[in-house]
Amino acid sequence: MADQLVQTVPSPLKNRRFFDGNMIALVIIVVVAIPVPLLLQAGQESVAIRILIFAMLGLSWNIMSGFGGMFSFGHAAYFGLGAYTSSILLVNFGISPWIGMAAGMVVAAIYGVLVGWLCFRYKLKGTYFALATFAFAEMLRIIVQSAQVVNASVGYNVPLIKGSSWWLMQFPAGSSNYFWLGLILLAGCLFTTILFARSKTGKFAVAIREDEGAASSLGIPVLRYKLTVISISAAMGAVAGVFYTQFYLFIDPDLAFGSYRSIEAILIPVVGGIGTIWGPLVGSVLLAPLNDITAAILRNPPPFLDFIQGQSGLDVMLYAILIIVVILFLPKGVFGTIKEKVKRK
Amino acid sequence: MNAIVSVEHLSKSFGGLRAVHDVTFSVNAGEVLGIIGPNGAGKTTLFNSMAGLFPPTSGTVHYLGQDVTAWSDAQLARAGMVRTFQLMRPFGSMTVLDNVAVAAAARGTKEREAEEQAWEILQQVGLDHYATRTSKDLPTAGLKRLELARAMALHPKVLMLDEVLAGLVPTERQPVIDLLLSIRDQGVTLLFVEHVMQAVMALSDKVLVLNHGEMLAYGTPSEVVNNPEVIEAYLGDEVRNADSD
Repeated sequence: MADQLVQTVPSPLKNRRFFDGNMIALVIIVVVAIPVPLLLQAGQESVAIRILIFAMLGLSWNIMSGFGGMFSFGHAAYFGLGAYTSSILLVNFGISPWIGMAAGMVVAAIYGVLVGWLCFRYKLKGTYFALATFAFAEMLRIIVQSAQVVNASVGYNVPLIKGSSWWLMQFPAGSSNYFWLGLILLAGCLFTTILFARSKTGKFAVAIREDEGAASSLGIPVLRYKLTVISISAAMGAVAGVFYTQFYLFIDPDLAFGSYRSIEAILIPVVGGIGTIWGPLVGSVLLAPLNDITAAILRNPPPFLDFIQGQSGLDVMLYAILIIVVILFLPKGVFGTIKEKVKRK
Repeated sequence: MNAIVSVEHLSKSFGGLRAVHDVTFSVNAGEVLGIIGPNGAGKTTLFNSMAGLFPPTSGTVHYLGQDVTAWSDAQLARAGMVRTFQLMRPFGSMTVLDNVAVAAAARGTKEREAEEQAWEILQQVGLDHYATRTSKDLPTAGLKRLELARAMALHPKVLMLDEVLAGLVPTERQPVIDLLLSIRDQGVTLLFVEHVMQAVMALSDKVLVLNHGEMLAYGTPSEVVNNPEVIEAYLGDEVRNADSD
């Protein structure tokens, strides 16, 4: 009898392997994306690169707030700390942005753990936690803006070099290398997310998100894992910040720590699908080109939209409309909804 | 004595409200203790303060000879003193298998190993058909089993069950009682809060009766059900309720 039962329900563990569907999808996406810069016209490449940067930022937010359920309204802090740490090291000491990136990841993670610990120490949850992360990020922006030692509101220009250097993460304008560099970093973030989602840490994070009390009663050290999740997310946010700086060759307090950055970090996974592996990438592909599309429309509007010629703010309006549409019709985000539909069948 | 859990003079007050007052008992390894009493008698509060959810106002809890009064629920769970909740608290978006694997992993087991263990436990409690479904899709009876399965994944020495039978129709009860018996037969000490007297009588070696936060009676099941005070405070109600059903 018992033997029969075992036979009728095959173990779901038999077909677990490292190269699961997500890993295969990652490989395919990377392979397909490699020739992209060769196909793009000049000017379109910066759009492609913005997709990569936003996707990294969205993936970072998604770890902490999507999987971990700790709503961050201050992801600009991690992005900015990454950007500033590597800029300071590069400009003042000539240290490679690769090392700067590692340092920025550590700095952001330490900051994240510190702020997180303070919040949890005083039992901040939900909205209050979100507001606290926002306040701390704003605090960083104001400090950096007024501190002469980090050039205050002037920010940093990345010193230009001749030719291209992978070690200094700098290439001539229009070089495809920027795209490939970003693709490598994004693939790293996606790879980390896939591993995270199936890891013990990732599962503990989801368990804590779903029911903190039950997780604790099952022996999960809740605080330790919350802080671990924050540090992973913060480090990923820092990577996005470093790559941003190396691509635009410039960073200032608003670009790094502005609340706009925190909002971008939220919107990308919200549109794509919170708490899913591929949501942030989908969200970024949809949102990142918006600016350029609206700019193109404004320059050269179709005849029935003549009156908008030369107006500004259309991108913000489109953003708003898109968010409303997503919230109304796709509350789980584009990828999240598709995933649900497929599962139902 | 061979007491695995002993509670001495445990009291818990919330402000001026004395939820539990001066409760003392001990349970030997492998024994089954049923805890009964009317609603609001302090049964769940007793569990909560024993299991580290909040510290007792006074009194001590010993587990395996150690003073664990100040331990957190997570510490106790990892040490093998595990509780379940009256209202089922599944990790809704996770699969049934992952729900259990997470508990196994909390003991420090490697992920792969934890999943294997979780799978074995699911077969044991009869949830293997649901392994890959999300736990929010389970019916009530399934969720009860899931609570038990998660607790079992921690390899408990002491299992504290808060009304595992509540919300089950009578035909669903017997399989769960059988499951509890098989868990007991594996040598697990059971402490359970229960209103269903059928289960209390079938399972308990000893019964503790709480009323208004105080111990009203403590003894073998037959002693307790024949105690006039217990009948007055609790079982009489039970009989009347049964009549009106």
